[in-house]
Amino acid sequence: MRGKGYFFKWYIALFLVFLYAPAILLPVFAFNDSSIVSFPLKGFTTKWFEMLQSTEALHVAVRNSLMIAVTTAIFSTLFAVLAARASTRFAFPARRSIMGFIMLPMVLPEIIIGVSLLVVIVQMGFELSLFTIILGHILICTPFCIAILSSAFMNLDQSLEEASIDLGQTRWNTFRLVIFPLVMPGIVASLLIAFTISLDEFIIAFFLAGTEPTLPVYIWGQLRFPQKLPSLMALGTLLLLLSIGLLVLADFVRRRGLKKTGIESSGGFL
Amino acid sequence: MTQPIIQLSGVDKFYGDFQALSQIDLDIRTGEFFSLLGPSGCGKTTLLRSIAGFETPSVGSLHIDGKSMDRVPANKRPTNMVFQSYAIFPHMSVAQNVAYGLKARGLPKAEIHERVSEAIAMVGLQGFDSRASHALSGGQRQRVALARALVLKPRVLLLDEPLSALDKKMREQMQSELRRLQRAVGITFVLVTHDQEEALTMSDRIAVMFDGKIAQVATPQTLYGKPSSRRVGNFIGMMNFFDAKVLSTSGETVEVDVQSFGTVTLPLSQAPGGVEGCQSVGIRPEMLTILAEGRTAEREIEAVVSEVFYYGDMTYYDVNLPQKDAPVTVTMRNTAGRKVLAAGDTARVGWSPVSLLLLQ
Repeated sequence: MRGKGYFFKWYIALFLVFLYAPAILLPVFAFNDSSIVSFPLKGFTTKWFEMLQSTEALHVAVRNSLMIAVTTAIFSTLFAVLAARASTRFAFPARRSIMGFIMLPMVLPEIIIGVSLLVVIVQMGFELSLFTIILGHILICTPFCIAILSSAFMNLDQSLEEASIDLGQTRWNTFRLVIFPLVMPGIVASLLIAFTISLDEFIIAFFLAGTEPTLPVYIWGQLRFPQKLPSLMALGTLLLLLSIGLLVLADFVRRRGLKKTGIESSGGFL
Repeated sequence: MTQPIIQLSGVDKFYGDFQALSQIDLDIRTGEFFSLLGPSGCGKTTLLRSIAGFETPSVGSLHIDGKSMDRVPANKRPTNMVFQSYAIFPHMSVAQNVAYGLKARGLPKAEIHERVSEAIAMVGLQGFDSRASHALSGGQRQRVALARALVLKPRVLLLDEPLSALDKKMREQMQSELRRLQRAVGITFVLVTHDQEEALTMSDRIAVMFDGKIAQVATPQTLYGKPSSRRVGNFIGMMNFFDAKVLSTSGETVEVDVQSFGTVTLPLSQAPGGVEGCQSVGIRPEMLTILAEGRTAEREIEAVVSEVFYYGDMTYYDVNLPQKDAPVTVTMRNTAGRKVLAAGDTARVGWSPVSLLLLQ
């Protein structure tokens, strides 16, 4: 028994080290006063962050990425709300297979989606642009949003909707006043997931970007220059903080939503 | 008599090949407490939901207050419903829940406020106005659901198994309260339940349903005392059945040969479903008596006690009668000085022909 307990403790410890040690190295080297990323550390500096501030191309890439991520999050969530509601509330022919096909991009290799989208878009005579990246990102983000929102809609007692209708309310107002507020935590989670996926998606953005790179495409391009590596560490540190911030925000919204409806918190991240 | 508030005629409901309702003809009177009673899957909830407008009958017509309900959606019907799960909006307070329907009608704020307070007081939830609805107990949720529906002053209040989620004590309390409320507001209540006791204690009239059909519509007393068929008699309370053969009918009486009891002559009123095709006779357990020493009854029969179930106020005996394989249940009140028998004792069972029912 004792041996078994030790094995699992070590297993968990090693797992966590592999998971978080690389992420912890990011801020360590971001503040290291040396253009070579290696131990021993040379001293404390913030010059890599200052370098980020003065790199115009980076700012463009960040703006592009944010624009794509926000647009993708909004449209993926919108489509997912429609799909999740339809699949949980109505019976229609071939519902299972239709939903299966909608969810498929979640498991398809992104490189295949990227290549095939590129071929189709070029064949149709579209210019590659931020718009084409958005199309690709909506395609891959929507299944994740559907997965999140389906459970939100599934947890909704159907008689709430009937009660609202029964009390004389119209269908649209029922959606606005009853359904929407109750699936709100799911919608926020869906927006954040789609935003995060889009923000750090590389393959599709790489294939579909015209002359305007996204942040991951920009970072990849900079890796060719070893002297830029420390400033990329600084950039990585900022992205890490942003991710943690979003995660905390998502969980806060989720918990607040649960509290409002009186459901005991179960699961969650933090 | 005034015109019925709800009239159903020839209503069928199909789900694919499955027939949920079959040839429903039913009049529900204005101001009565009406119950739809039956085992689960008998179609009672489908019928209630058809009245509310959540299901559309495949065939047949539904009139409420003399108006056809064809193509009238649920939010335009003069009915309101109390759902089995209560369906209280969890993100709204008690007062917001109760005000929901009034706001949908676009009434002025002052009137909404007044009617909401009135409705909340009527169901005994004074002081709970701003309470979050998820912080309420089952019984309180039920009251909110009632207030939310009654505040709209519907012509008919529909209740879908409203007491099934409550514990026994709460249920009994809510039964009398529902009855009191119904009398106070004078609104027609239509209650769906599978609990026969609940239906008997609360209703003015009851419709018993089996397999999508209405088996009998009657007052609680008639339903218990004169069930129209063996199935109804067995569903409402307990009943012992004996094989029987009709020998002859003459004027107001019928002569029947009954297993164990021999030949008896019954008034025709003891065959509430008609004499035609009757093959069994039923008797309620409390209509049989285990006779104490020295007591006599109109008719007597020798029996052997096979099982004794002691309930405190009552004792249920399973006894074996001659020429009958299945035991017969006899219930006795445990009045002062009455001896409780044990399994294996012999007993004289007293009965009377007028308590026998000739059933199909």
